Amino acid sequence: MKALRSLVDGIKPTFAKGGKLEKLHWVFDGLESFLFTPGHATEKGAHIRDSIDLKRTMSIVITALIPCLLFGMWNVGHQHYLALGELVGAGDGFWDKFLFGAIKVLPIVVVSYGVGLGIEFLFCSFKGHPIQEGYLVSGMLIPLVMPVDTPLWMVAIGAAFAVVIGKEVFGGTGMNIVNVALTARAFLFFAYPTMMSGDKVWVNTSVEAGQQVVDGFSGATSLGLAATGHADKVVSLMDSFWGIEAGSIGETSAFACLIGALVLLVTGIGSWRIMLSVFLGGLAMSAIFNAVGPGLNNDYMQIPMLHQLMLGGFFFGLVFMATDPVTAAQTDTGKWIYGFLIGFMAILVRVVNPAYPEGMMLAILFMNVMAPLIDHYVVQANIKRRAKRMSLQTA
Amino acid sequence: MSKSIRIRKGLDIRLKGEAEKVLIQAEPAKVVAIKPTDFHGLTPKVLVRPGDQVKAGTALFADKYNDRILFTSPVSGEVADVVRGEKRKVMEVRILADAETRYDEIGAGDPSTMNRETIIQKLLKSGVWPLLRQRPFDLVANPATEPKAIFVSCVDTNPLAPDLDYVVRNNGEDFQTGLNALGKLTKGKVHIVVSSKTSAREFLDAKNVVRETLDGPHPAGNVGVQIHHIAPINKGELVWVAGVQDVLMIGRLFRTGKYDATRVVAVTGSEAKNPKYIRTIIGAPVKDLIGPVGPEVRIISGNVLTGERVTADGSLGFYHTQITLLPEGDKPKFFLTDGWASLGYDKFSANRSFPTWLMPGKKYAPDTNQNGEERAFVMTGQYDAVFPFDIYPVHLLKAILANDIDQMEKLGLYEVAPEDFALCEFVCTSKINSQSIVREGLDVLKKETT
Repeated sequence: MKALRSLVDGIKPTFAKGGKLEKLHWVFDGLESFLFTPGHATEKGAHIRDSIDLKRTMSIVITALIPCLLFGMWNVGHQHYLALGELVGAGDGFWDKFLFGAIKVLPIVVVSYGVGLGIEFLFCSFKGHPIQEGYLVSGMLIPLVMPVDTPLWMVAIGAAFAVVIGKEVFGGTGMNIVNVALTARAFLFFAYPTMMSGDKVWVNTSVEAGQQVVDGFSGATSLGLAATGHADKVVSLMDSFWGIEAGSIGETSAFACLIGALVLLVTGIGSWRIMLSVFLGGLAMSAIFNAVGPGLNNDYMQIPMLHQLMLGGFFFGLVFMATDPVTAAQTDTGKWIYGFLIGFMAILVRVVNPAYPEGMMLAILFMNVMAPLIDHYVVQANIKRRAKRMSLQTA
Repeated sequence: MSKSIRIRKGLDIRLKGEAEKVLIQAEPAKVVAIKPTDFHGLTPKVLVRPGDQVKAGTALFADKYNDRILFTSPVSGEVADVVRGEKRKVMEVRILADAETRYDEIGAGDPSTMNRETIIQKLLKSGVWPLLRQRPFDLVANPATEPKAIFVSCVDTNPLAPDLDYVVRNNGEDFQTGLNALGKLTKGKVHIVVSSKTSAREFLDAKNVVRETLDGPHPAGNVGVQIHHIAPINKGELVWVAGVQDVLMIGRLFRTGKYDATRVVAVTGSEAKNPKYIRTIIGAPVKDLIGPVGPEVRIISGNVLTGERVTADGSLGFYHTQITLLPEGDKPKFFLTDGWASLGYDKFSANRSFPTWLMPGKKYAPDTNQNGEERAFVMTGQYDAVFPFDIYPVHLLKAILANDIDQMEKLGLYEVAPEDFALCEFVCTSKINSQSIVREGLDVLKKETT
């Protein structure tokens, strides 16, 4: 530690004002404060401060994402071999599948972090403010919501768009209106629809290179199948719970998401109010569909409630996207409303609108925009309460 | 009509170095200092010059804009110096104390037989008056106004705070006399707020007051929280507040006819060699109370949340009844062993990513490091969990930052003081100094409304 500290102290002047690499000061500062919590003693106000800081908070979220990442790697491999008709059992060839997936997924992660952090460093140096921790989580979320076949250049464009337009134009971490990772996904979804949806992108196969897929292989996600009138072909409840299905890299496993949820809830970093209310909202909409489905003769609507929620990115969005504190509602009452409407609309969009097989992304983005409005009315209610108290007092 | 209230929001910060219940008499102070900076917003008009002879109770300076409010010497002796800082701002007035204290005679008497104006006169003349503070704005009370109620918090829930049951023991007559005097200052009620655990007869037998109980974690003892739950302040209303030791001082004034600035001070904190209670006076040099300490120790006049940092040559603040000594945290911390990524079993935190919550009895010795850098607001719900008001703290802070006066009023700025935000400041992941933001807001609002 001491050696490292003296090394850091040794090169510090190079990056200080007047040093050779003055322009990189904030990059250096970012790395230094990563290694060493600065020796800033409190100047004013409370003399002691809680040990929690944003770096720890963000690393806990990343920890919570690791089960999804690891499972996603395996599932990418599994889906690949399934398509080729090899190692079809879930227990077969674990390492083959995992390695295959890792080779596909890790480059996406590296590109996401490389591009996103690079732009962040650039902005910080340019604007002269310290590097903030927000992108640490966004950088991990972006790969997990991409189909495995997304070309790396698209990942790079998506990450760049998200950081610049989603965040930095608003002033950086804590200032953005909509979720950064979903901004990346939505941008790519609308800019390159054929490469972000359909049935070609979810499972990595190289048919052009001569690989043979098995007969009857479709490559579509369960939601894609259901939306095109094949609600009978969706994966079983258990498969969708474990996540053995085609889909974006990290979204498929409700189980892995729930491990992440446990981490976020135990540490108190994710809001239980939002998670619970999203779940209830989704459940409510599914129940309504279950009730009216038979009358409308709609198979999709009749997928049982829990099964409906296990499909697609519902749980991933519930645990990691809806709970983003910056873009969610801030008041407790607001969180209930915000979460419930996300769950409600996600299932509504998914089932009713054929253009969007998954509604979670749009529901969250829409509610991100609505969150300040919800808070506004919650705060107005508080103001009215106070005004009423005053009129009682003076009356 | 005694109310019993329990609050659930809040946080007890468990620190090492609680004062042992032993009361020591401090050596008579040789030099005392009275600091105009203890009184927020005060512009002092200095009334003495170096070399002047003063008695205990002789005015040293007055409020330039309300010259009835006097700030007096706690000892008799010679004015040694009027210390000035930048722009000739008066920092403190130092007095060399006589061996034997001589007092200005104010005149003893039973406050229940006096009228309001006489009581105010005595409080003002003696220099006891500034102990009365007003809400909103958290300033010295204005003698030209009349409050709707007066609140005395009889429980201090701040970290390592002195046990008021212990402090008030055997001082029942002073306490009651003080309460009687306060009773004459308002047409409304004098509220004393106690913990349900109190066994002090002095509190339980107090007369001519309304007694309420309020329990829960800190800030249950903050008078702002108590007012909010018992008689909330609306726009245009005034409430005065005083601490238990302030009431004792008022009581002594009427019983003896002298300005007796005695304070019982708890010396606390992990760096305190001898954490005990000490009887001393306002303005006493801290080194008399704590002994020699090095620069690696932070000396706080007051508690860790709201206290004032003082140097080893500094003196006890006017309102303070506690001194806290903590290790200074000005060294960088390696992220794995000691910093943000460490396990943190020896770090106190309200956040459950630290194992603190699994060890409910453990006490901690934190240093003064900020433990991170200032960021924009990111986390939500953190402040609400430690803020037992029907007020949205982050929205209020943002209204202040945006200088939106109308919104500040509507969101309840009249009901809070900076100290009520001390826990928000402590738990904040983004290390935002909310106490100074609230102070700014109060200053702006005061300027706008008067």
